[in-house]
Amino acid sequence: MSYFFVILSAVLVNNVVFVRILGLCPFMGVSKKLSTAVGMGAATTFVLTLAAGASYLVDHYLLAPFELDYLRTLSFIVVIAAIVQLTELVIHKTSPLLHQVLGIYLPLITTNCAVLGIPLLNVSLGYGLLESLLFGFGSSLGFTLALVLFASIRERLDGADVPIAFRGMPIALITAGFMSLAFMGFAGLDRFN
Amino acid sequence: MLNAIIVMTALALVLGAALGYAAVHFKVEGNPLVEQIDAILPQTQCGQCGFPGCLPYAEAIAAGEAEINLCPPGGDEGARKLADLLGHEFKPLAAEHAVEKPRAVALIDEQTCIGCTLCIQACPVDAIVGSAKQMHTVISDLCTGCELCLPPCPVDCIIMEPLAETVSNWKWKYPVTAIRKVA
Repeated sequence: MSYFFVILSAVLVNNVVFVRILGLCPFMGVSKKLSTAVGMGAATTFVLTLAAGASYLVDHYLLAPFELDYLRTLSFIVVIAAIVQLTELVIHKTSPLLHQVLGIYLPLITTNCAVLGIPLLNVSLGYGLLESLLFGFGSSLGFTLALVLFASIRERLDGADVPIAFRGMPIALITAGFMSLAFMGFAGLDRFN
Repeated sequence: MLNAIIVMTALALVLGAALGYAAVHFKVEGNPLVEQIDAILPQTQCGQCGFPGCLPYAEAIAAGEAEINLCPPGGDEGARKLADLLGHEFKPLAAEHAVEKPRAVALIDEQTCIGCTLCIQACPVDAIVGSAKQMHTVISDLCTGCELCLPPCPVDCIIMEPLAETVSNWKWKYPVTAIRKVA
C-alpha cells in the first residue's frame, strides 16, 4: 500500500510542477498546444523514470561506497545527459514513429530541472530502488497531468476576452498560480498510511 | 580526492563507451541520395509535382517511383541536373507540367480582396500576411511563384506578376551545351 501512496503523493499531493515548482521552463514553454504537451509529457515520463532508477544505482553503488556525496549533482547531470542521448539513439532506431512524435522534446529534457530534481529528492527521502522508480514515474505522471491540464486551459484562453495588459504570458502565469492553489487542496491526502 | 577523480573518470568512460557503442550499433541509415536530390530541387514546396513538398518528391525519385521531370519551378535545368546525378536520360518537363513560365510573384489586388484568409492557408512559404476580414498582401521577397494561392481565392483577386530580370536578381545561366563524350 505504501507504494501506492508514493505514486499518489508524487502525482497529486507533491505535484512536481504545482507544489515543488520544478520544471517550469517546459511547463510554460511547451504548453501552448495540447498535442505538443502530450508529446513532451510522454518523453519526460520515459526519461524521468529511467533517470530516477539509474541515478539511484549510481548513488548507491558508486558514490556511497567512496563517500562522494558531494559529487551527487554533478554525476546525476552526467547520467541524465547520457540517458537522454542513449534514449534518443535507441528510439530513433527501434521506433521511428515514436521518434517522430517525441521529436525535439527528447533532447530538450536534458535541461528539465525536474529530471535532476526528482533523483536528488529520491536520495534525500531515502527511497530504495523500487520506490525511486515509482516516485520518478509518479512525478512524471504529475508533470504530464499538469502540462496537459495547463495546455487545455491555454488553448481556451486563446479565444477568451482577456484584458489587453494580461494577454499572453501574464494570464498564463496567473492561471498557473490558480492551478497551483487548487493543487494545494490535495495536501495531506498521503498522510493516511 | 583521488577517489573522486577515479570515480568520475570511470563514470564518464562507461557512459561514453555506452554512447559510442549505441551510436554505432543503433545508427540509422539516412539515404544520402535523397539529400542530394533534395538539394537540387528548388525548395518551393509548391506541390506541383503531385507530392506534398520537395523532400517527399526527392524520396519518391530516390525510390524510383517518380519521374525526374515533374518539377516546373526547377524547369529543364533542374531536370538536367537530376538526370546527371542519377545517370538517367534527360527528359524535358512532362507535358502537364510543361509550361515553363518566367519567374513571377503573386500580387493581391487589395481593392478586391475580401479578407477570407484562404490564400494564407494555401501558401506553403507563409508569404501572405493578413487576417480575417482585413485585406491581405504578399511579401514578394518570400513568394516563390508556385501559384498555389490562385485556386482557393473566391474573388480571383490574385494575379501572377512576372519578375523582370534586373541587375540585382540576374543569375548566371546553367550551361546548356551538352558535354561531348571523347572516345
